[in-house]
Amino acid sequence: MEPIRIVESRTVILPIENVDTDQIIPARFLKVTSKNGIGANLFADWRYDAAGQPRPDFVLNRPEAKDARVLVAGDNFGCGSSREHAPWALYDYGFRAIISTSIADIFRSNSLKNGLLPIVVPRDVHARLLAAPGMTVTISLADQTLALADGTATTFPIDRFARYCLMNGQDELDFLLGQGPEIDRFESTHQP
Amino acid sequence: MGIEKPEAGPRTLFQKIWDGHLVRPETADTPAVLYVDLHLIHEVTSPQAFTWLRERGLRVRRPERTVATMDHSIPTTPRGTDGKFKILDSQAAAQIGQLETNCREFGIELHALCSEGQGIVHVIGPELGLTRPGMTIVCGDSHTSTHGAFGALAFGIGTSEVSHVLATECLLQSRPKTLAITINGRLRPGVSAKDVILAVIARLGIGGGTGHVIEYRGSAISALSMEERMTVCNMSIEAGARAGMIAPDDVTFQYLADRPRAPHGAAFEQAVAAWRRLPSDPGATFDREEIFDADALEPMITYGTNPGMGMAIGASVPMPENATAAKALAYMGIEGGKPLLGRQIDVVFIGSCTNSRISDLRAAAEVFRGRKVNHGVRAMVVPGSQRVKKQAEAEGLDRIFLESGAEWREAGCSMCIAMNGDQLRPGQYAVSTSNRNFEGRQGAGGRTFLASPVTAAASAITGRITDARQLVR
Repeated sequence: MEPIRIVESRTVILPIENVDTDQIIPARFLKVTSKNGIGANLFADWRYDAAGQPRPDFVLNRPEAKDARVLVAGDNFGCGSSREHAPWALYDYGFRAIISTSIADIFRSNSLKNGLLPIVVPRDVHARLLAAPGMTVTISLADQTLALADGTATTFPIDRFARYCLMNGQDELDFLLGQGPEIDRFESTHQP
Repeated sequence: MGIEKPEAGPRTLFQKIWDGHLVRPETADTPAVLYVDLHLIHEVTSPQAFTWLRERGLRVRRPERTVATMDHSIPTTPRGTDGKFKILDSQAAAQIGQLETNCREFGIELHALCSEGQGIVHVIGPELGLTRPGMTIVCGDSHTSTHGAFGALAFGIGTSEVSHVLATECLLQSRPKTLAITINGRLRPGVSAKDVILAVIARLGIGGGTGHVIEYRGSAISALSMEERMTVCNMSIEAGARAGMIAPDDVTFQYLADRPRAPHGAAFEQAVAAWRRLPSDPGATFDREEIFDADALEPMITYGTNPGMGMAIGASVPMPENATAAKALAYMGIEGGKPLLGRQIDVVFIGSCTNSRISDLRAAAEVFRGRKVNHGVRAMVVPGSQRVKKQAEAEGLDRIFLESGAEWREAGCSMCIAMNGDQLRPGQYAVSTSNRNFEGRQGAGGRTFLASPVTAAASAITGRITDARQLVR
């Protein structure tokens, strides 16, 4: 995985609460055995009509959304199914960060393993972002800060170890594989 | 059992299991390394994990702690005359083939299509006796919380984590908070476990349990059967909680006695003695508590596009308070301030890891018995496993369903997740016993009302949303 330090981008605003992973990627697109090209089906039922034509009113289909790498969404983003296909689809489409007032547990955990930053911000900062679609924001993972083009800045919480892995392009599995002797020791006395 | 106390003081059920599975405790810089006792896998969220293992030349650390089945993308239509399924979807067929190859290559037990042990992963784990008190159980599926009904710590994981568990039998975890849901009193006739959990989620909201592990407790919970407890724990994730659990007791031990994979004889007695030490100690504290009065609960139904948008079946739909709620009602094609009772429906789905066990099918069959499914309704009954199917057929439930005009299917997730061809058409309304009413969940454009098996069955008979208590025999 590529190390991540800074994400700077215009925002796309999806001001809907409780966006579930079935919306992010509907289940019929989970019959894949790799994650390549999965971004084509991101938000499929909101992006395309029944005939497969783009819905012009959906935010990702508007010209100003092109090349935006930061998605600002409503409360409790990523709830529902544990499908990692959801962060895969967001990342493959081009997003590198999700900003919300809260993010569902499993989605957050899955995102951190795929280079997609789950950023939780206070309500006032969120309100500023919603009020100014397309605003440029700068996320510094090293400083754990989000800076808005209007001069507002805030810090955000992020799991310390996940942050270390993201900044250094490391894989959590490498760390776990390094625990071999401790796992051996645990297993020698553990009875299920 | 590994539940020895690292420190003095009363502990919760969750804390005992957490402490007993710490390979390495949490530090300032790293999360805890938590050992996994049972890893369940299925065809949809595992292929990429095996690919990564191969790419890195890794083996499965504990194949004997790993059990696979096929449930999400498989057909549930009747088998051919050769006893085999015809899988028309080439992508699904490839995924199923991939799981067979992966299990063969890495030495993992597979309950494959057409085998007697096949079924929805959260139905077969308990049924086989693989799910037991005090265990840590994970699966690449958010409804893994089901297994918490046995006093296990069970939660859903992503595919990266599936690869972590395959390779190391461990996960990196930060300690979640605890939430006690205490339900005292007695459920009134006609109020089921499904209604209990829909009422809990309606109060907490779809994100209300985020960051927490729930322990359900109180006299109304203790009075539930194991299958009812599974229904309750199953939907913990629909309130955002990582896991839901219930203290093991004699009901739990009785369910496990004689299960094929549970310990037997003296080993079982020994296990029970250890399991009796699992329940939360008197005086153990939770980060948060919510209290419910069982006597006040009504049969429930959802009206919106997430499981938190639920109400008593006789109530009127709440007026939308914000844009998200208004969008949900617009999608559902319903108005705030009006009741749902009497609304016409197109499909009834009885099944899923929430409500496809034998007691669910018996409850539904009682409603169907001697009645006909309304001519405007398609009703599907999908057993949770091959064993449930066999049991239902031994009891003649299949004939009751078929004679009433309902479809009797093979075991699988079916229309709960609608990735196998069992799906709603755009605009159709369904009363479903499953767990999610998200937009398009049961088929693009489809609209779902979540309810109990008896509400679903009664609605199939009348063709309208119906309170089963009002269906006079």
